[in-house]
Amino acid sequence: MNWLAIWVTIKLACLTAGVLLVIGLPIAYWLTFSRWRWKFIVESVVALPLVLPPTVLGFYILVAIGPHSPIGRFYTDMVGHPLPFTFEGLLVASIFYSLPFAVQPFATAFEQVDRRLIETSWTLGVSKLKTFFQLIVPLSTAGLITGAVLSFAHTLGEFGVVLMVGGNIEGETRTVSIDIYDEVQALNYAGAAKTALLLLAVSYGVLLLVYAMNRKVWGAWPQR
Amino acid sequence: MAAALTVDCRKAFPSRFTMAAQLTLPLDPPRVLILFGPSGSGKTTLLRCLAGLEWPEEGRIQFDSTTWVDASSNIRLSPQARRIGYMPQDYALFPTHTVAGNIEYGLSELLAEARRERVRELIALLQLQGLEQAKPAQLSGGQQQRVALARAIARRPQLLLLDEPLSALDAPTRSRLRGELRSLLTQLHIPSIVVTHDWAEALTLGDIIAVMQGGTILQTGSPQEVFSRPANAEVAQIVGIETVVQGQVVANDNGLATLSVNGTKLKSLGTDLTGSAVYVCIRAEDVLLEQTGSGVTSARNHLSGSVVEMQQQGVLVTVTVDCGFPLRAVITRGAREELGLKVGSAVVAAIKAGAVHLVPRSAA
Repeated sequence: MNWLAIWVTIKLACLTAGVLLVIGLPIAYWLTFSRWRWKFIVESVVALPLVLPPTVLGFYILVAIGPHSPIGRFYTDMVGHPLPFTFEGLLVASIFYSLPFAVQPFATAFEQVDRRLIETSWTLGVSKLKTFFQLIVPLSTAGLITGAVLSFAHTLGEFGVVLMVGGNIEGETRTVSIDIYDEVQALNYAGAAKTALLLLAVSYGVLLLVYAMNRKVWGAWPQR
Repeated sequence: MAAALTVDCRKAFPSRFTMAAQLTLPLDPPRVLILFGPSGSGKTTLLRCLAGLEWPEEGRIQFDSTTWVDASSNIRLSPQARRIGYMPQDYALFPTHTVAGNIEYGLSELLAEARRERVRELIALLQLQGLEQAKPAQLSGGQQQRVALARAIARRPQLLLLDEPLSALDAPTRSRLRGELRSLLTQLHIPSIVVTHDWAEALTLGDIIAVMQGGTILQTGSPQEVFSRPANAEVAQIVGIETVVQGQVVANDNGLATLSVNGTKLKSLGTDLTGSAVYVCIRAEDVLLEQTGSGVTSARNHLSGSVVEMQQQGVLVTVTVDCGFPLRAVITRGAREELGLKVGSAVVAAIKAGAVHLVPRSAA
């Protein structure tokens, strides 16, 4: 088994889930509570990775962070090397790719918090930010864990985006799914089977955890 | 100008109704204003505008010298900045917090010791001893209501807003807590606005009643004024009680209470309110009119008086009889002709003891 690939994959999945917990919360909060009439435009953008082929998403991310784009140039100027085909580049791509898997369960959980509780908190002089952490987060823990776990599990198995943005660099961007592909290409079915079984077991275990915890949170967009 | 809360605002709900309310509540001495009306009349919307949870499209809300809302100059004071105590219907207790946690929720600006002290005070005031660590789901309806009240008054608000404070309770608890809530409001000495659709609650709690229908305030006045002298037919229909007079329970025996209203004696069903001031409430359709000297009936009250006013509405006539206090009866046109009633005619009004409703009215 390629332990280096497993380490890269786990590191990538943990960091993706961690970053999504931080940036997914404000996005989900805004999507849940904003009264802006064109909000659905943002909702659709967030959900896009659910339907877009990973190669298409990977292609656009590659172009967006490549050395010819302003973002890519800025990154190269700051860090000294370009973003594509590095672990950091792969992380950026993973975050976009798993965004709906974090934001949708978060938004569903926020949606289920009784509005009157939130309003009552405001009338007690508690700011919106403090109300979020003191009241909304404790009432949404199941949804928050679901979002984090799903984005973790989704990152474990990503293939197309990784190949487009990360390439296949041992110890840097070669993840478990790429490793399995390589083994099969080399006709080493025994090696592929072991890694595949590990990925299957971990993914299944993670989903078991989520379903057991709260079935209701797993779903498409929040019911309205 | 004396300190007051003045409201003059408008908010439209397309395809439902438009709230357009004007209201003044003097703040000194603090008084309890009741927003009274059927459901869907805009009471809760108005209360939410006062709490800062709805934004009127037009108009102003001014609390003493502070402008809370001024639509024309885009002033919208947040709910956090209004220093109010708001209790929504069904209480909205925080399920993840204990009773003590709910009460101290809004007290974060106090130091830890002062906060604990305030929670202790409120636990004692609302008789919640022993429940400090309970979660809201473990409490009875009455206890939940007291926790919600404690939480609302914890920050010593300058205005207390209660939305149907008793409607989530079962009937026996409701009638018990009505009196308790009245004495608490008196003790707190905070200007308060209470939304209700229950006339007994309105009479028990209110110093001023504002009758709402279809988003507008139809009449504002003292409870007695609004109930006994409704400004128009619409108000009369909403309040539904034509005679409301102040009286005194003078005796109580064998389940029958004797009342004194302006010297006139009345019987009503038993009560434990002996010696206390009450509102005596009688619906006009519960009053029978007889000619003087006619036979004995099962009704416990036979009040002699004379007709002072008659108003015809379709086939019905509302007759006001002076029998020591103005009593309204509603009879048919045929009955009036048969009795030969004219202004000045002597009549006897018969009322069953069970039709005389008492609402306790402890001195505010």
